[in-house]
Formats: sequence, C-alpha cells, structure tokens
Amino acid sequence: MTPLLLTGGEAVAHAMRQIDPDVVPVYPITPQTPIIQGFAKFVADGRAHAELVNVESEHSAMSAAIGSALAGARTMTATSSQGLALMAEVVYIAASMRAPIVMALGNRALSGPINIHCDHSDSMLIRDSGVVQLFAENAQEAYDLTVLAPRVAEHPDVLLPVLVCLDGFTITHSAEPVQLLADGDVAAFVGTYTLAHRVLDVAHPATQGPFAMPDYYYEFRRQQSAAVEAAGRVLDGLADGFERLSGRRYGPVEAYRLDGAERVIVALGSTAGTVKDVVDELREEGEAVGVLKIVSYRPFPSELVRGLLADIASVIVLDRADSPGGAAPLQAELAATLYGSAAELHGHVYGLGGRDLHPRDVREIFAQHAPRYVSVRGEPCPV
Amino acid sequence: MSRLKTLVRHQNGVQPLRGGHSLCQGCGIPMVVRTVLSTIDRPTVVVNATGCLEVATTRYPTTAWTVPWLHVAFENAAAVASGVECAQRALRRRHALPSEEEVAVVVFAGDGGTYDIGLQALSGALERGHRFLFVCYDNEAYMNTGIQRSGATPFAASTTTSPAGLESFGKAQRRKDMTAIAVAHHVPYVAQAAAVHWHDLSRKVELAATADGPAFLNVLTDCPLGWGHEPRLSARVLNAAVNTLFWPLYEVLDGGYRLTYIPEPPEPIESWLGLQARFAHLLTDENRALVEEIQRQVNADWDELVARCSADAPAG
Repeated sequence: MTPLLLTGGEAVAHAMRQIDPDVVPVYPITPQTPIIQGFAKFVADGRAHAELVNVESEHSAMSAAIGSALAGARTMTATSSQGLALMAEVVYIAASMRAPIVMALGNRALSGPINIHCDHSDSMLIRDSGVVQLFAENAQEAYDLTVLAPRVAEHPDVLLPVLVCLDGFTITHSAEPVQLLADGDVAAFVGTYTLAHRVLDVAHPATQGPFAMPDYYYEFRRQQSAAVEAAGRVLDGLADGFERLSGRRYGPVEAYRLDGAERVIVALGSTAGTVKDVVDELREEGEAVGVLKIVSYRPFPSELVRGLLADIASVIVLDRADSPGGAAPLQAELAATLYGSAAELHGHVYGLGGRDLHPRDVREIFAQHAPRYVSVRGEPCPV
Repeated sequence: MSRLKTLVRHQNGVQPLRGGHSLCQGCGIPMVVRTVLSTIDRPTVVVNATGCLEVATTRYPTTAWTVPWLHVAFENAAAVASGVECAQRALRRRHALPSEEEVAVVVFAGDGGTYDIGLQALSGALERGHRFLFVCYDNEAYMNTGIQRSGATPFAASTTTSPAGLESFGKAQRRKDMTAIAVAHHVPYVAQAAAVHWHDLSRKVELAATADGPAFLNVLTDCPLGWGHEPRLSARVLNAAVNTLFWPLYEVLDGGYRLTYIPEPPEPIESWLGLQARFAHLLTDENRALVEEIQRQVNADWDELVARCSADAPAG
C-alpha cells in the first residue's frame, strides 16, 4: 500500500476506524481532538460503526468507557493533560475493574500555567494507576501501537486499559508518511471482543465493583499488579505476528546503536527520534553513543533494560516531566533498574510545556555540558 | 402481565436485592430498591453510585444482589449507565447478546450522588437521551459518611456539618429542587415519590421503565439515624412528609405536570418536623419564626406546583 501523508492524530483515527470499536465516549481537549474528530467523521460517513457518546467531561468519558467495556462492548477513547487529570480517579478504577479500554493519550503538559503543548507529566500522573502505557516515537508508531493495543488490553491474562501515548503536536499534529495496513488485516488481527463476565449477560449476574475491606483489597491490587506484568509478555508474543503483517516489529524497547556504545541516552516518545539523528552524527564523528527508547513504560521492562545497559559506562536519562523535590520519574526507574551495576547515571529534565529539544541540546547532553534542567532560562534558578 | 401481578411474582420469587445486607433497621432504601426492581417486568442491570446501598450490600466476597450490579464511583453512575446503554445498542446491532429482549438499565444513587457530586454526569446523561431510569433515594444528607449536609438537606435541619447550636439554627439554605432540574432536561418522564407510598411509586416506575428515553425518579427515603426517629416510625415519618406537603407526590410526563396524591386536608408542618430529632431545636418558642418560615416555603412551593399542574390540565 502507498503510504499516506497523515498526522499522528489522523493515523490513530484510521486505526480506530479499522478496529471498528463498539462504543467510543468522547470529550474534546487539545491536542487529542483531531483523533476524536477524525473518528467521528468516519462514523458519520458510515466507515466506522461505533456508538459515539459525546459525554460532558473526561471523567464521564472514562466512566462510560468502563460501563461499556464491562457490558461487553469493545471500547476506545482519547484524552490529554487536564482531561487525564480529571479522569484520573476513574482510570485507577478502570484498571482495578479490569476494563480493557484502549485510549490514545496526546501527551500534554499539566496546568499550571495552562499550556497545550507536549510533555509527559500527564502520563506520569497516572503512572501507578495500573494501566499499560506504550509510547510512540512518530505517527507510524502511534498507528501501529493503536492496532496492537486491543490485543494487549483484551488478553485474558491482562484485561486492563492500554494507553497509546503520542506526543502532543509533535506527533498528533505533524504530518508524516504513514503506512496503513489493509482494513481486513486489522480486523482479522484484532478479532472479536469477547469478555467472560459481561454485565449485560443477565443469565449470569455478577456483582462488579464491590466494597473490599482489609481482608480482600490487597489481593485485588496484587492481581492487578500481576496483570500489568503479563501485558509485557503479551506484547512480546504479538511481535512476530505483527511483523509478518506489517514488516514492522515492536518490543518493549528499541535499542539503537548500542553496539560498543559508552554513553547511552534513555528517552520516551518523539525525542528518541531527535536523539537517533544526533547519535548518527556523533557516530560519524567517532563517538561511542547510542539511544535506548522505552516503548513500554508500564509495564517497565526492567530486566531487558538492565541487560541492554549492563556494559554501558554512562547512562543519561531524559525526563519530559519533573518530580519537584525528588528524582524525575524515568530517572528514578533507571536508578532502580541499574542499582548495583557499574553504569554512571545522569538525569536531565527537558521540554516541559512543549519547549523544543534541539539536536544541539542533545549534543550538549552527550558531552555532559548540559545543566540538569535543559534549555530553561535563568539557570541556576534563584532560590 | 399486570403491574401488580408482576410485583407479587417478584416479591414471592428470588428478590433482586436479598436479605443479609447491612442496611440499618428502618432504612427506607431496600423498600425503594425492591419496589422499583419488582415492578420492572424485564431483565435489569443495576448501576449503583457509591453510598449506603453500595457499601451495605456488596462487602466482598458477599453480595446481596441477584441481578447484574455495577459500581464504579460516587459521582459517575449516570455516565457508567450511559456506557452500558450504548454497549447494549452496539451489541444488539451485531447480534452479540444472548437474548433479543431489551435489558433495563436502572441507576440507584443517594442525594449526594444525585444533587451534588453526581449532578454533572446525571445532567449529561439526561441531555444525551439514553434509555435508562435514574432513581435517587433521597434521604436528605450524606448518611453513609455520618449525616453531613447536602444540597438536598432541608432548611434548618441539623446535620453534623450544619449543626444547630447557640449561633446556628442548622442548615441556613433551602434544598435545591432536583426534580425541577431533571424536568428542565426535557426528558420523557420525571416523578417525585416517597418510599412508603409503594403503590404510587410502583406505578411511576412502570411509566419510567417504559419511557422512550431517560426517566428520573426522586424518592424520599427515610434514614432513622440521620433524621433522628425510631426505626419503627419510618412509615409514619414519610407519610408526614407527604401529608404536610413538604414532599408532594407528582409526575411530569412529556413535560405535563400531574399531582398523583393530594392530602385532604394537608397537615401543619409541625407534624413532619416534630417526628425528627434533626428538627427538634426548631420546636421552641424562640424558633417559632423559623417554623412559620418553613410553612410559608412549603405553601409557596405547593401553590407553584399546583399552578403548573393546572396550566397543564385539559381546557374546560
């Protein structure tokens, strides 16, 4: 198939059209809106067949999604930033109720100040909610991961919400060539959604969402934790089939030029693409550098990352989110993962609120000349 | 099958909400739930907001429910029901449900989950026109957390967050008219009922459950603990609410108002206030003016309601 020139948002809308979910609760927020608009148009034109529910808030979007998914309908939605913050309460409950909802997250900075551009603070806000989070580097990956997501979410060992995270504007609004799969191939790949305990199966009534006290709550949470871990194995298991279908392979990480590398940047999302370009240039210049892109942030593939970075002298973690007063989230993850290894660990916060990370910044970072907070005015910050 | 036969059949069969739950003695909630669910003559899914009913009937690994039951959170029951209703439509379209019979979607929420924290989700769901029945069991305060005042708490009632004291006569504001708010959404059926008037409630449920769109029932439900009356007096207290015109029974069918019960003659408001400890501080000489004020409010609300009903009455 000829590639199409699509923004990431349009590409995700196409993936949704091809998956053809039963129910899609929607509420607008920049920068994910192109996704739900694109999908709404597909429904209006009869190219997708979902019940589109124009709810009155993101809180209700996720709430309706839980009702719909547990009733037995394949359910998808999308959000960003404040929308995710508003629905955070129910994102936790969706995971706990094991509702296999697929949600595109157009990553955007959290207020305040209010801002519409990319960072990962929204993803990090729900880090511990028990949902799966997969990060795309570009529009193609956003599309591919959306096609993969229902298979992960709906696997009987998983049954969890899966978020496909795509950087706001950088991916959602930038047009790139995207290779779509054939409609029939996507339909066959995702199959039909079936759930063992459907609320609408009145012949087999179940009580879902009960009150669990200290005698049982902990068991619910432990099983949820095991399900998130299982999502990693399910994703691994899908790699061959998806590669046969598309020629593209997805794992929990992408190791880029780690062979013989001494300094490696670890990053999420579109920034990995920028770093790859700089790595190519620096390799030309004889420097032993590489990049490890994390695709599956939750579950975090600790063992794999530890193995890949075992012989790296210097690991540099780029966080597009801050944790004021503590280690930034990805850096903390790497510190735990690499504990006891010989690697030096460095961490930088960058790109908050959509501040661009230029190739020259990446060079500075590799050269260890960059401050902890990259490209911010007025460093060191007056106390 | 006739409504009364359905009621009897369900009451003699497996109860949708069985015994063994931990709701208080004298609590009106099970009476409301059983009357509602026993009236509906088709399979039903219950969506429950967080509150007394949810906590007292589903302590894991036990459940008092024999129908499919779903609880997600406090403020979102109407949104969850929206999702279930849309799922039903989508699954029916692709013939993915075992039976062709439409499943009724019924929400139960307290006044907190309806008037206050649940108002936005309810408003959205009413506006979108989902086919579902939202039943508010209105016991006029946050009873599950220990009798805190809500938007449904009546003027001058003493609660744990609007206590009567030397400088306070209880809640300083009037309750909001949630039934009127529901009517303003132009939904096919809205009604106000009381737990103790089971025949009236059951008739309203039948109309609500067959409405082509959202239906809202606001059901006054006693709370012996929060209202401060003996459990054995539930029926007497709820009857007093109706007979003093504090809680008129009426319905709004496709926008047309109709009274469904007219107490003749209405009792003075003291008959309602005097039965409950939450109003005990009002029945003193120095608070006489407050009681008169409550009586004035009740009379004015009644006159306004009667005017709406007459305006809708057929000419001639």
